Amino acid sequence: MPKTEVKIIGFLCNWCSYAGADMAGTARMKQPASLRAVRLPCTGRVNPLLVLKAFREGADGVLVSGCHPGDCHYNEGNYYARRRLEVLERMLPALGIDPARFRYTWVSASEGAKWADVVNEFTQQVKQVI
Amino acid sequence: MIGVFVCQCGTNIAATVSTDRVVQAAKSMLGVVHAESIQYTCSDPGQRAIIDAIQQKGLTRVVMAGCSPRMHEITFRRAIGRAGMNPFMLEMVNIREQCSWIHSGIDETTEKAIDLVRKGVARVRRQKPLQPGSSPVARRALVIGAGVAGIQAALDIADAGIPVTLVEKSPTIGGNMARLDKTFPTLDCSSCILTPRMVEVKQHENIKLMVNSEVEKVRGYIGNFEIDIRKKASCVIEEKCTGCLICQEKCPSKAPDDFNACAGESKAISIPFPQAVPLVASLRKEYCRLFISGKCSVCQKVCPADAIDYGQEDTVVTEKFGAVVVATGFGLYDWKQSYPTYGMGMYPDVINALKYERLLSASGPTGGHIERPSDGKEPRDIVFISCIGSRDESVGRPQCCSIGCMYMAKQAILTKEHIPDSQSYIFYIDVRAAGKGYDEFARRAQTDFGAIYIRGRVGKIYPRGGKLVVMGTDTLAGDQVEIEADLVVLATGLTPAEGAGGLARRLNISTDGQGFMAEGHPKLKPVETNTGGVFLAGACQGPKDIPASVAQAGAAAAKVIGLLSREEIETSPMVAEVNQLKCTGCFKCRDVCPYGAIENQDAMGGQVAHVIASLCQGCGLCNVACPPGVISLKGYTDNQLIAEVVEVLR
Ligand SMILES: Cc1cc2nc3c(=O)[nH]c(=O)nc-3n(C[C@H](O)[C@H](O)[C@H](O)COP(=O)(O)OP(=O)(O)OC[C@H]3O[C@@H](n4cnc5c(N)ncnc54)[C@H](O)[C@@H]3O)c2cc1C
Ligand code: FES
Repeated sequence: MPKTEVKIIGFLCNWCSYAGADMAGTARMKQPASLRAVRLPCTGRVNPLLVLKAFREGADGVLVSGCHPGDCHYNEGNYYARRRLEVLERMLPALGIDPARFRYTWVSASEGAKWADVVNEFTQQVKQVI
Repeated sequence: MIGVFVCQCGTNIAATVSTDRVVQAAKSMLGVVHAESIQYTCSDPGQRAIIDAIQQKGLTRVVMAGCSPRMHEITFRRAIGRAGMNPFMLEMVNIREQCSWIHSGIDETTEKAIDLVRKGVARVRRQKPLQPGSSPVARRALVIGAGVAGIQAALDIADAGIPVTLVEKSPTIGGNMARLDKTFPTLDCSSCILTPRMVEVKQHENIKLMVNSEVEKVRGYIGNFEIDIRKKASCVIEEKCTGCLICQEKCPSKAPDDFNACAGESKAISIPFPQAVPLVASLRKEYCRLFISGKCSVCQKVCPADAIDYGQEDTVVTEKFGAVVVATGFGLYDWKQSYPTYGMGMYPDVINALKYERLLSASGPTGGHIERPSDGKEPRDIVFISCIGSRDESVGRPQCCSIGCMYMAKQAILTKEHIPDSQSYIFYIDVRAAGKGYDEFARRAQTDFGAIYIRGRVGKIYPRGGKLVVMGTDTLAGDQVEIEADLVVLATGLTPAEGAGGLARRLNISTDGQGFMAEGHPKLKPVETNTGGVFLAGACQGPKDIPASVAQAGAAAAKVIGLLSREEIETSPMVAEVNQLKCTGCFKCRDVCPYGAIENQDAMGGQVAHVIASLCQGCGLCNVACPPGVISLKGYTDNQLIAEVVEVLR
């Protein structure tokens, strides 16, 4: 019996969300142990196929998080990400994946508290649909 | 030949992660030949242990499970480099910030740590040795904002022999410090210590000063920024103006006196204050009769130097810089909407502390006589109210302005010196006076200058018979207090300078929750930002007094001098790479690249994509855009990411 009830893969950009997650940690903001973060330079590096791969490998949920629109370290990476992920999200039902198991969001390096909230909420949401 | 090192970080990790179990699990992972747990891996003996293991066991790849890679990746790359390995054959696994610190059950936390280590092992197995590139450094620094912080940074860098361009958006340098009368905690006269520095800037052979100017566009990266600076038309030819002030005297168009925090009145064409640098007039078109109604040219007629040019246009200069210091300072919180019971600005004798500073100053609009704005009378009872728009959750501003307690004490002392029979009352929450000599100073306001401190907030201010009634609570006495004041001074919170957010975006640096520029790390990188080559100084990073601003400016300057004294800098090897054999020449990669780092190349019997490594910043956009998947970002290849996903879910 695994101790972690659900497993969520997080794709986090190094500059904003990964730093925000670090900040939540430094401030000791408790979160469920569901998330496994993969660090990437930018959400623009997230191939939608990688998200699908994670579902196929048995992830209960997938979370993509980067800098707020306009704040991407590479100027426009998250605009590309947003377009790609928006399409992906709409395709999920056709693939038999409940869209509630997927989320993309923007969390900056200074938003530790927001990060903790995102992880808490998304974990709850995933738990309800699987 | 992978070695796994699991850091206990004292009890930071070991309290919630069983590092022994992680080590045991790691030993059975594919490719791992060595695993051990170390109490403090980043310490000298810790790093030694890694180096020994590499050399004794012939390790070729290393997984370091410990703190965030954002903390110590560089440290451990250097360590394995010292052991003779390629520094990039390292994977840091974050089992502290994103694991031990945020979970409490030892089982679930350990299980997660093992998953993360498995992911790291899978990733490092697919890592290839990388060689950093290098790029030349432009030996010129840009300092943005010329308050005391920007001035200090510019002078320090210029003194080291490095050319500096100092860009200031207003017509003069000096910033907010130029507006202050005396300064805590020594009562040094502000202009006596600042003006000589301002003159030095003007005279320094290595400093190019641009006033009325702002940064418009930023391209490039550390060592090689290319920046457009817009100099706004001021209708005055800077080289010709002698600062004689005749134009200001004769100008018929009134305009607000920004420099004096609107305590006085100015003209459409003016020099902000007599010690301004450069001592050159500027015309504000929005107040000028000529530009409003088409009739007037008084200044042109009276100017003895023929320096007025109404047709002057903005100019944009583009320059290359190796490093940038941001020193754009602060603005003051506009209290009027959030504190409706204080009159919303309808009572002229409720003013902010900067305006009061101008009323105290001998160079101010009243020549240093304290006159209240409504009727010019000298006030006798003066009430200071602290924490307006700071430490106040009810207006959404929880942070401390960090200088209010000190400058209120200062202003109470100066008030007593100006008007010996005056009485100051200070409403406060706590007196925060933590700097060197600060508490002693703040106490003297009470003991030697008779200021009455009342602990509590003010609920309401209303006028009664030429006075202002201030109603508040004294939380220590548990009483309501009512004071009839002649003048009320508000210690308003500090905000980022106007336009700071836009500038941060242009420079690609982050801001914090309040909009101040965000430092790279709150403890270890206080003057760096997340963008290489961009540094911070002064109150743009957060509320600060003068000593702290100057110290930070010196630190930023030292970083810039260190960077620009090199001819070349190392660039990250984590750049994109094309397998030209399989490239179909569709150039989707080139179209998405934000840096123009991909070009067409004649090869393989046709046109294929080629990455200009020195321009590539490693975002990986091209990697995702490539239809046949033949362009990949080194260090973040598809294989590596897929392996991470597969292994962490195993
Ligand atoms: C009422 C009051 C009293 C104070 N009294 C004291 C005291 O007694 N002792 C003390 O130690 N501290 C005191 N301080 C604090 C002190 O004023 C600050 O510490 C200091 O001014 C910070 O310097 P700075 O250079 O960081 O910012 P600033 O002084 O704000 O200078 C920033 C400069 O950048 C320019 N700028 C802004 N945006 C741009 C842009 N986008 N492009 C180009 N230029 C730009 C501005 O025009 C300005 O010239 C007081 C503050 C207040 C409000
Ligand atoms: S770097 Fe954070 S989304 Fe691009």
